[in-house]
Amino acid sequence: MSEVVEQTTADAAEHPAVVRELAARFGDDFVHQSGADGIPNVWVPRERLLDVMRYLKSEAPGGFPLLFDVSAHDERQRTHRDGLPDSDFTTFYHLISLDRNEDVRIKVALPEGDANVPSLTELWPAANWYEREAYDMFGVNFVGHPNLRRILTPPQWEGHPLRKEHPARATEMDPFRMTDELLDTQQEELRFVPEEWGMSKEAKHTDFMFLNLGPNHPSVHGVFRIALQLDGEVIVDAVPDIGYHHRASEKMAERQSWHTYIPYTDRIDYLGGVMNNLPYVMAVEKLAGIEVPPRAQVIRIMLAELFRVSSHLVFYGTYSQDVGQMSPVFYMFADRERLFTIIEAITGGRMHPSWFRVGGVGQDLPEGWDTMVRDFIEYMPKRLDHYERMALQNGIFKRRSIGIGQYDTAEALEWGITGPGLRATGCDWDLRKKRPYGGYDQFDFEVPTANNGDCYDRCVVRVEEIRQSLRIIEQCLNNMPAGPYKATHPQATPPPKERTMQDIETLIQHFLNVSWGPVIPPGECAVNVEATKGWNSYYLTSDGGTMSYRTRIRTPSFPHLQMIPLISRGFMLADLIAIVASIDFVMADVDR
Amino acid sequence: MELGFIMIAPVLLGAMLGALLLVWVERRLLGFWQDRLGPNRVGPFGIMQMVADLVKLLTKDDWIPPFSDRVLFTLAPAAIIASMLMGFVVVPFGPGWHIIDLNIGLLFFLAMTSLAVYGVLLAGLASNNKYSLLGGLRSAAQMVTYEVFMGLSLMGVVMLTGSFNLNTIVHAQEDGWFFIPQILGLVVFMIAGVAEAHRLPFDLPEAEHELAAGFHTEYSGMKFALIMAGEYLSMILTSAIMVTLFFGGWLGPDFLPPIVWFSIKTGLVICFFILLRASIPRPRYDQLMSLGWKILLPITLINLLITGAVALSLEG
Repeated sequence: MSEVVEQTTADAAEHPAVVRELAARFGDDFVHQSGADGIPNVWVPRERLLDVMRYLKSEAPGGFPLLFDVSAHDERQRTHRDGLPDSDFTTFYHLISLDRNEDVRIKVALPEGDANVPSLTELWPAANWYEREAYDMFGVNFVGHPNLRRILTPPQWEGHPLRKEHPARATEMDPFRMTDELLDTQQEELRFVPEEWGMSKEAKHTDFMFLNLGPNHPSVHGVFRIALQLDGEVIVDAVPDIGYHHRASEKMAERQSWHTYIPYTDRIDYLGGVMNNLPYVMAVEKLAGIEVPPRAQVIRIMLAELFRVSSHLVFYGTYSQDVGQMSPVFYMFADRERLFTIIEAITGGRMHPSWFRVGGVGQDLPEGWDTMVRDFIEYMPKRLDHYERMALQNGIFKRRSIGIGQYDTAEALEWGITGPGLRATGCDWDLRKKRPYGGYDQFDFEVPTANNGDCYDRCVVRVEEIRQSLRIIEQCLNNMPAGPYKATHPQATPPPKERTMQDIETLIQHFLNVSWGPVIPPGECAVNVEATKGWNSYYLTSDGGTMSYRTRIRTPSFPHLQMIPLISRGFMLADLIAIVASIDFVMADVDR
Repeated sequence: MELGFIMIAPVLLGAMLGALLLVWVERRLLGFWQDRLGPNRVGPFGIMQMVADLVKLLTKDDWIPPFSDRVLFTLAPAAIIASMLMGFVVVPFGPGWHIIDLNIGLLFFLAMTSLAVYGVLLAGLASNNKYSLLGGLRSAAQMVTYEVFMGLSLMGVVMLTGSFNLNTIVHAQEDGWFFIPQILGLVVFMIAGVAEAHRLPFDLPEAEHELAAGFHTEYSGMKFALIMAGEYLSMILTSAIMVTLFFGGWLGPDFLPPIVWFSIKTGLVICFFILLRASIPRPRYDQLMSLGWKILLPITLINLLITGAVALSLEG
């Protein structure tokens, strides 16, 4: 495949610039590995990890301020790793430079008996949760981490789920029984102990109140707990607690064929629908070298933007509801219902259509789709004007949102904030513009930004994005290319059905690709898209089988929640509700 | 006066039925304004929904949390509903249609609505739940604040009539309803009334999105029903007093009996309250307080000054 593994050298012109810079600074002994996604992977010994990361963050030309993703691989059963350094567990660190528009992935090889690696929390506060997750899932010990404890699984969980020896199916284990004693111990373990988080119970003139907001609370949008330290109604500190919605999506990917995993992706950001399919199928396509025909590309973009509108409408409605406005959410859900009618006519599904396929989409567009879409894009802008007068221009709405939960671009990057939350700080980074994928370069649209980075601006940016998405949908409508809706590549799944009963080759191909699933060539590939809530990336590792060896799902909501304490300190309880609502997260997108 | 004893049963029954009916009216109206149906299944237009709701609430498990203060927990809803019902004693529904014609009727109404605060506060404290406690605290602060303007906003009317007697006030409006000369008083009274009834946009003591259900988080069954009824009664009572003081009470053209005029006017005011709930977001706790002290208090005082000056100059 396209994968190349070799020693780094400072003067090899064929190496990416960042690899040459690293070699010039740290010597020639790092291993460089390139993948189907074009992102350079640099293997660094763990003793030098902190130096390398410090250099990349602040000293490298342009700088890599965004710690995009941290996780690990269990490499013990992987067969195709020619030339890669010996490793049982590999931690990887995905960095992005906005100035250079470049990525680099740093990898550290760890032996099974000594899976210790220095923690990055002193360089990036955002590393905290990522490292806890990698510890939880793989048992990698991050030396120097301030509070290394499980984050997604319950405290008494045995084993580390993403290790290969950990069972994936309930049928591989004894039946689970919830006894009264187990219930009691589990309840007790969930009790919030302020001292464990370095909080004191009292200050000079006051006793603090500790309040569990959630996991079941009307305003936490799912099962999410924030343990609050309150002085009256003022928030002194907050500890977000996640994991109640964890469904082991990454583990599931290791026992589903490349094709049958698509429905699982829909359920990650359950408001984003096919938007979740997009990075996954694009990553598989890159690994297999599949070219998607133009009609399929435009259909995908149209559907993805319809879902962006749908997701933003939910945000708009629930946000105004959370600042205490009762009615808008009903209007916006009614509009979303119109959208679902279109989506249902095209895909047959509503919230989880699972409609994109490796190599294209599930079906061609139905007759009459164009009138439905046209009706909607003519209807929607008037409604948006109406909502603007009702919500965005309302005085109380403004007073509840302006200046609340503010952060700037530097803080956003430091904490891994992407999407509308980043653009509300004045940074115009939209992956559709900066790194056009899947045909977005053919479209004419603006990237809305705002300057203050507060709750109000996050709302304004999203509302403007609805209008821009409508523009994109209109262009799809007016310029829908003719042609096939799926590639004819042998790995495209399921293969086009027309010739199945005509000749034996396509019959066999159809039979095997549907029953076993396609065999994807070995390699690694990450695809990052501008999803409804921020940057969503699927980092796939194939070991040349019918199933993924490792699927890493980097979702935007995960780091967004981690930032809550920073932006809510000193505000009141009611402001916290506005802040939480303005982040626009989905718990399934956090916990996966 | 002699009619008083006969009036007790109809007023009590009417108020409770009105509160029950209001639950249905509110849900249908909100449904209408929010592009949805609302309860429309039980009986014609879903009106029997109120019976279904009543049966449900009466037969539901009435759970008293083991960690609560049992006595106060049980007492609180009773205190709320009793003080609200007492408020109806002074309302003149028609010429001579009242339980008692107090010459301090207006003060009696203010006193009774203030008593309800104790119920809310007790409910919040007795529940021994952090959300209830926060709700109870908010309600104490909010109601104490709004009590001040509520009383002051009505003093303009008292100046114009020279009486606290509600019947006298109604009769004084035969030449013109007071909502024109007392428009400032009306606005302040309306805002304070919403705050007293703690309904959206001023439902901070029970702000669902912040405090789950605030002071009545732990209540269920009949006790919950009493608290809810207390809230609806408070809305009816505030509307009735507003009609009495500013919209001429039972006065109206002769083709309809006075009690019908009174009901129509009260109903319209109630619908306006519901419309407020459907359309306005909830301000933050401190914003509500500063609205009260920095804007509403000066307005009330200015209103009193102007009314006093006008009244004096007319006399002189």
